[in-house]
Amino acid sequence: MRLRNSEEWELTTVLMLYDVIIDGKNYQLDLSRAEGRWSCHLDGRELGVDAILARPDVLSLRIGNLAYEVKLERVASEWHLWVGSTRFAAEVRDPRSLRGRARAGDDQGPKKILAPMPGKVVRLLVRNGDAVELGTGVAVVEAMKMQNEIKSPKKGTIQKILVGEGAAVNAGDVLAIVE
Amino acid sequence: MFKKILIANRGEIAVRVVRACHEMGIAAVVVYSDVDRAALHVRKADEAYPLGTAAASESYLNISKILDVARRSGADAIHPGYGFLSENAKFAQACVDAGVKFIGPTSAAMEAMGSKTRARQAMEKVGIPFVPGTSRGVESLQQAKEVAARIGYPVMLKAAAGGGGKGMRLVHAPEQLKSSLDEARSEAERSFGDSEVYIEKAIINPRHIEMQVLADEHGNTVYLGERECSLQRRHQKVLEEAPSPIVDSDMRRRMGEVAVRVAKAAAYTNAGTVEFLVDQQKNFYFLEMNTRLQVEHPVTELVTGLDLVHLQIRIAAGEKLPFTQDDVRPRGHAIECRIYAEDPDNNYFPSPGKITLLLEPSGPGIRRDSGMYEGWNVPIDYDPLLAKLIGYGTDRDQAISRLMRALNEYFVGGIKTNIALFRRILRDPDFRAAKLDTGFLDRMLKRREEKAGDSRLAEVAALAAGIFVALGSTAAAGEYAAANGVAAGDKTVSNWKNASRGEALR
Repeated sequence: MRLRNSEEWELTTVLMLYDVIIDGKNYQLDLSRAEGRWSCHLDGRELGVDAILARPDVLSLRIGNLAYEVKLERVASEWHLWVGSTRFAAEVRDPRSLRGRARAGDDQGPKKILAPMPGKVVRLLVRNGDAVELGTGVAVVEAMKMQNEIKSPKKGTIQKILVGEGAAVNAGDVLAIVE
Repeated sequence: MFKKILIANRGEIAVRVVRACHEMGIAAVVVYSDVDRAALHVRKADEAYPLGTAAASESYLNISKILDVARRSGADAIHPGYGFLSENAKFAQACVDAGVKFIGPTSAAMEAMGSKTRARQAMEKVGIPFVPGTSRGVESLQQAKEVAARIGYPVMLKAAAGGGGKGMRLVHAPEQLKSSLDEARSEAERSFGDSEVYIEKAIINPRHIEMQVLADEHGNTVYLGERECSLQRRHQKVLEEAPSPIVDSDMRRRMGEVAVRVAKAAAYTNAGTVEFLVDQQKNFYFLEMNTRLQVEHPVTELVTGLDLVHLQIRIAAGEKLPFTQDDVRPRGHAIECRIYAEDPDNNYFPSPGKITLLLEPSGPGIRRDSGMYEGWNVPIDYDPLLAKLIGYGTDRDQAISRLMRALNEYFVGGIKTNIALFRRILRDPDFRAAKLDTGFLDRMLKRREEKAGDSRLAEVAALAAGIFVALGSTAAAGEYAAANGVAAGDKTVSNWKNASRGEALR
């Protein structure tokens, strides 16, 4: 991979290794830089890549002579990438960090119930200690004159409710914890 | 002509009217609620006055506050936009009483059209075609049963004061009638404070086609052609086009003449829209009249070459229509997409929040009426309409391909929008073949969208994802640092970022 205006960068070699998950499929990506030149291996195959960050979250890519504009959509902690008009769910993990792995496959233990969008909690449908099924309504959040029932992601017991009726919430705020 | 116009609205329509005022050399006064101080309409206006808290009743629906602003600003007319006070006869009358011109019909014309049953009674007198049914609310279950048996099932129950699908029930068989009637009545009572419900024959898979009319205050009324509005979800329009693919010049003339008759029967002035249901045999039936400028007015503007807001203002100022019916000749084809802040992955639930990235399309045949900008926080308090994207072409196919191209350029980051929905609609073979009816969108959304599964593009995405992390733009900076064994915010990262940004800014 080549990034323009690279003269000023140090001449050390930096290797970056990522596990990238695109729509559920795993890719291993090595990006390395040596003496201002970049090389890129996707699942072991070398690709000639030229990248320009046109503006934050917008990447102009050349792979060989094929040109792509890639846009990064971030809403709360979710990443989606648009390649042209095709959208992909994306997750990037640094294999040396255990944090990403710990999250995967974690269906046991307490689970947070998050607000999917900013809004106002108009009603709580459960109380602390209530038993809930997968899909039981937990709270009603209103935004833009529409009411949305937030459902339990698993069967269990409501361990804690963290918001009150009438509270304003942001996307990703924890409404309750189910155990 | 007016010197100063107060715009009693917000969002893209307020911006639209501010622009028309400026084009006509008129000062534009806007109002805003607490959460709209940073809204685009305030940025574009010549004067802006706060109304109070976000609740519509305390701001955009508050007649006394808005008239107070009219007095303080010295505005000589008020444009209500659509929604909010636009179809409120009390407001129209209050403007007259306050000596400010209301840009729209008179309160009497609004009242005549405001109740569906009253409108129906008035229109039956002048021979307007209706869907068979009652022109008065049903008084008892027994009466409902008799009417339904006479016109034949399926029947539709509708709230007389209704709109937006509230208080509506489709009834297939006599045994469902009682429960449906009870539900429709209580929903109508809750939504509109009026439990009056009437019965109509249900037209299966109808089209929804409406006719734009314009009437000056000197007795001249013209029609400006139809709009096809069959693409709806939850009884709300999503995409509109002009002309309708099924309306030929003869049908246009017949519908237009009926629409003009409707307007004249109500002594209607200014811009208005007569809505029709059209069955599979192309019979059309009067549905209701919308006594305001419509959201979808731009498609009519593009195919007629007229500016409806300019004309509204000129009519309100007492001018005569500057053209006759014969001068109105539709040309080309226009399609509008309503861009909403809503989440396609979460049943199209509203998705307010901060717009972190906005890439907007332009180019041949593209018009964009927008109320948003990058960095703006879409408030949770109002309708989720962000913008309208309109494509124009010599014919329908070209309008579609231009729109598709523009939708591919359009990108809104930070919140979710329904932009991808329009790509799917425009690709749909039935849409391309213009096989449209009001059930089209629900049927399309029930089918799972098969993903193209282009592995080459997925690889590009994988590569780009890694580069975004490596470039360390904002949120991902920590992960970048972890990969390199250096602290986040390391100088190398920022140099790298700056260098590539500098390149792009050239």
